[in-house]
Amino acid sequence: MEILVCVKRVPDTSENEIELNGAGNDIDRDDLVYSVNEWDNYAVEEALQIVDKVGGSVTVISVGDDESEEVLRREMAMGADKGILLSDDAFENVDGRGIATILKAAVEKGNYDLIFTGAQADDGAAQVGGMLAAMLDVPFASLVNTIEVNGDKLKIGREIEGGNQEMYEIGLPCVLSIQTGINEPRYVGIRGIRKVASVEIPTLGAADLGLDAAALGASAARVQRTDYFLPEMGDGAEILEGSTEEIIDKLVELLKAKGGLK
Amino acid sequence: MEPALLSPAAYKFFHIPTALFALLIPLVGMCAFAYIMKRRIDPLLKAAPDNRFDRILVRLWTVAKIWLAQWRQPRYRMAGVIHIFIFAGFLVLSIRSTTLVIIGFWESFTFPGFNGALGHVYNVFKDYAATWVLIACVVAAIRRGIFRPERYAVPAHYGKDHTGEAVFVLALISTLMISESLFEATLAAAQIQQLQPAEFVAPGTLAWLFRNVLIDEPIAKLQSMHITAYFIHDLTFFFFLCFLPLGKHFHVITSLFNVFFMRLERGNVKPVKHGVSDDQLDDLESFGVKKFEDFTWKHMLDFYSCADCGRCSDNCPANAVKRPLSPRFISIKGRDYAFANYPLGGANVVKDDAYQLIGDIYSEDEIWSCTTCGACEQECPLGIEYIDKIVDLRRGMVDEGNVPQSLQKPLGALEKRGNPWGKMEKKRSEWVKEIAEEVPVKLFEKGATADTLYFVDSISSYDDRMQGIAQATARILSKAGIDFGILGKLEKDSGNEVRRFGEEMLFQDLKAQNTEAILEAGVKRIVTADPHAYNALRKDYENLPPVEHISELIRKEIESGRLPLTAANGDGKVYTYHDPCYLGRHNQLYEDPRRVLDAIPGLTRVEMSRSGDRSFCCGGGGLMLFYEPEEEQRMGVLRVDMAAKAGANMIVTACPFCLVNIEDAIKVAGLEGKMEAIDLCELVVQHLAA
Amino acid sequence: MAQIFAYILHKDGVVDDTALELAAAAKKIDAGATPNAIVVGAGDALDGVCNDMAASFGEVWKVANDAFTYPDAEIVRKLLANILPADSIVLFAHEHLGMDLAPGLSVKLDAAFVPDVVDIEGADGSTLKLVRQEFGGAVSAHVTCDASQGAVMTIRPGVFAADESKSAGGQVVDKSAEAGDFAATRKFLEIVEAEAGDVDITKSEVLVSCGRGIEDEENLEIAFDLAKAMGADVSCSRPIVDAKWLPKARQVGTSGQTVKPKVYLACGISGSFQHMGGIKGNPFIVAINKNAKAPIFQVADVGIVTDMLDFLPELTEKIEEL
Repeated sequence: MEILVCVKRVPDTSENEIELNGAGNDIDRDDLVYSVNEWDNYAVEEALQIVDKVGGSVTVISVGDDESEEVLRREMAMGADKGILLSDDAFENVDGRGIATILKAAVEKGNYDLIFTGAQADDGAAQVGGMLAAMLDVPFASLVNTIEVNGDKLKIGREIEGGNQEMYEIGLPCVLSIQTGINEPRYVGIRGIRKVASVEIPTLGAADLGLDAAALGASAARVQRTDYFLPEMGDGAEILEGSTEEIIDKLVELLKAKGGLK
Repeated sequence: MEPALLSPAAYKFFHIPTALFALLIPLVGMCAFAYIMKRRIDPLLKAAPDNRFDRILVRLWTVAKIWLAQWRQPRYRMAGVIHIFIFAGFLVLSIRSTTLVIIGFWESFTFPGFNGALGHVYNVFKDYAATWVLIACVVAAIRRGIFRPERYAVPAHYGKDHTGEAVFVLALISTLMISESLFEATLAAAQIQQLQPAEFVAPGTLAWLFRNVLIDEPIAKLQSMHITAYFIHDLTFFFFLCFLPLGKHFHVITSLFNVFFMRLERGNVKPVKHGVSDDQLDDLESFGVKKFEDFTWKHMLDFYSCADCGRCSDNCPANAVKRPLSPRFISIKGRDYAFANYPLGGANVVKDDAYQLIGDIYSEDEIWSCTTCGACEQECPLGIEYIDKIVDLRRGMVDEGNVPQSLQKPLGALEKRGNPWGKMEKKRSEWVKEIAEEVPVKLFEKGATADTLYFVDSISSYDDRMQGIAQATARILSKAGIDFGILGKLEKDSGNEVRRFGEEMLFQDLKAQNTEAILEAGVKRIVTADPHAYNALRKDYENLPPVEHISELIRKEIESGRLPLTAANGDGKVYTYHDPCYLGRHNQLYEDPRRVLDAIPGLTRVEMSRSGDRSFCCGGGGLMLFYEPEEEQRMGVLRVDMAAKAGANMIVTACPFCLVNIEDAIKVAGLEGKMEAIDLCELVVQHLAA
Repeated sequence: MAQIFAYILHKDGVVDDTALELAAAAKKIDAGATPNAIVVGAGDALDGVCNDMAASFGEVWKVANDAFTYPDAEIVRKLLANILPADSIVLFAHEHLGMDLAPGLSVKLDAAFVPDVVDIEGADGSTLKLVRQEFGGAVSAHVTCDASQGAVMTIRPGVFAADESKSAGGQVVDKSAEAGDFAATRKFLEIVEAEAGDVDITKSEVLVSCGRGIEDEENLEIAFDLAKAMGADVSCSRPIVDAKWLPKARQVGTSGQTVKPKVYLACGISGSFQHMGGIKGNPFIVAINKNAKAPIFQVADVGIVTDMLDFLPELTEKIEEL
């Protein structure tokens, strides 16, 4: 099984405090720590486990700049066999559709049975996987939390509300977006990363992929973010003040009144 | 003059000289023994290298103290005394045993130097020795078989009970004593009957008893008993010799070597591979122990040397809270693996490349459960080590990516941010702001200079509660007039647990960054209030200025008068000091904190029954705070109960991790209001004279 | 302005709350517009749903076919690509079906795509002015969307108040015949239900809910103690289930259970929309969190800024004294 996993380098929300910058038009990126998007990491682990069972190889690919290489290398340290970086000035500020277009061109240069993306990334858009599948005209499923390989078909489960799962049979090739919790990703330490430090990661630009730079750039993006801001805080909750005893007394009163105590 | 009895060398059994057997038995016995020993040594030849031939004089001293003087045995009084008797008896009887073997075919042999008066003195001594060994064996057998002390029990999942083997060996030893005494007694009885000079038999001994019982037996009977006793002894002796390497009594042979080679330092961790320096680490194919042959030869020798006494597990805090770790069985399982895969009859069992010890012999949780407190190593009378093995097994798991999810996050955070909570570097010195007006703290990150570095480490920098310790420490340093500064955002986690949890390269990274920052700061000494940092800086780092723990400094300043203290206000507070593992056992710092407490006038202090080097781990620090163990209760809760039992209502500790665990445990144990915990520095600050 | 369509979610004849929220969203795009509804399904209950929606939409396009007994996004997407006019604006609820279907649909329609919209500021010609959130809700972003060639959007459930005006007076139009070919290489098999837990929190009236603030599995005891004192049940947010400290059956959220309690104590819960999305009705929400900036304080009725590990045992003690 030849599996391609699309990964993205994102600011780590759990290790950063995301704040607006001084000018108020972007987040403060000075002290940010970046790492691989958590969903993508689960996807790579899943790919590795599938290949462990049925053979094949795992390729990781990312659309980004030079710094995205660090993320590709980390996933290769985890076990991915190959890494590909898609980088070009023309790729800056493309929208989700643009990313999918770039990835599609790269997919067509290879011969993959299965393509994974993470269910979502830092912008919470959860869009690239579905778009890529539509562009490649292959079946798609999102929020996948279980995969079973049955020859040239997969039996997959999607996470829906109530902790329930939708089970599907899906043919290959297909695109799946992977939900967290599908597995327990293995640990990658500094040593693993040092081991792959000198492995070559080919970089492909717009020309290599046969893409028209003009069709991709900022001007072609139909969806554009104009700024970041913090919404006005509405009234919100009434914050109880006073000593702990006073607060507890007030709270108990309220709970009684609202039927919270039986 | 005719001898009273024919010796085995002269006797004929149906015309066959028994001297023949007396020669054959040792020959066969020695050959069998040699073969068995060769098979036992085989895995050690394939093992990883170890560096145990340094500091020979210290090693000889260790052998004298721990092996010869049985220094650690009396820590368990009854068993210790019994063992000392048996051990001393063995040493004394070793000469007699050798002599006995040889006189079977060489009648007039005496041990060199033992022909004259020395020989007679020795004879008396050895008679007592044989007697007390027999008594000790009987007591031991009753203890093992009837009273069955808890620590010898074998939990079901570890296999069958070991009492049978123990009692069997005691029976063998008893047989040796009895047969040896009978051999002597029969000759003495015959000599007395025949009015010949008899060897003096010490009164009250076994031989004496036998001689008196047999004094009137017919010569023929004495003769056959004499020869029979001899060959029973001879056969049993060589059977025993060959039996020793088959089980826990292998320690009889290996103990001398195991103690000679035992670790001389505490608190440090072995390098990934001896002979490979830190900058060569990247070239290693594999890190840690994944298969049996990855252990060093000393660690394999440890497995052989385990006497199954259970003292390690009895003191192991993880075992006490029913985590899946029992150090004793790490050794027993290792030993059994060696025996099974390097069998006596047959070729070595070859495992394929995919074979991993973890999962098969040891479980992941078993290895992650260890807090590296060192109680097991402190206790073991044979010098068996555990921490390095656990670290090596963890290195192997980390190398394979097999790290529990609960630890992956803090490890990732340590890599990116230099602290396990992933908090921002610039917030590392936030705690300074709250006390800035009264206590100015210099920041090396801003270019300040000072001659002392206060190394705060991660938990005291970032944890809301533990910042109290950092602030108290700063106040004390300031009050004592010490010129100090902190590294602030240049400081990374000391990495003590990072290394001990097997992430060696991340540790090397943290070490390099810290070392650079410390040397840049140009300080003459380092002081810290965190025993984990203290240990790492002293044992794992190199080329640093001298490192002190704050309690050492406080004691000096109190004694010199620079830190006058006010009296305790006698409000019914009874204090007890809890020895942190990384201050006490690993760094031998027991006295200074106690002197500090006792320097507070009127402070009532009691000792818990488990204190000093028997202190009970609070639950562990560093990465251990993040690990989710399977346990029946928390170590901290057991410790808090110990404090209550000692009559204390205030627990003083000198480690932020101990404080976290104990404060949590007080809540979980439901003792809020009845028990309180405080850090040594906080207590001192409460009592600083204005 | 192009025609706006809303995809209606329904199950067993019951219309999902998001249907009328989408109607409201359409009004925010263009106050004068009359959106159409699309109802896809099979069986007798379908007509009831269509008639219900007729009051709120201009036209209700019904597509009935046995293949849609269970709405498999792969075939519904193909169907929609067949029947939707060019340059339409199509709205979906941002939930698992929308997430599965919408991105691919935008490609097939060659329309712009904006997911998880939390507010609509209006339209400037064919440029839509929208608001999204990023970085797990830490910041908001203004987004423009060029809808001149159509747009597909998913709307976050609960951000728009349902448009109950029922003033549209529309008709049901049966589009089943135009469905075209919608076969797909993904085949729906079945729903696997989550293991029933010991407690059905969807029926609980009072919930003590724990989030990351609980810090340790052992601390759950204080939540259970409080729940016992209050006569409540214990629930939790996703991280607690991911860590396997509580079963999935106790998780409140869009991927967990939907609860309708009278009183909800959110202890150590930050208040992400995925969690809040599992709370329906309008319970009295008490937020207990040591981070004064946690989003939960925006949606709670009453808030206490404190460490839940210290506060809960004291609260329990007080209640037990009553």
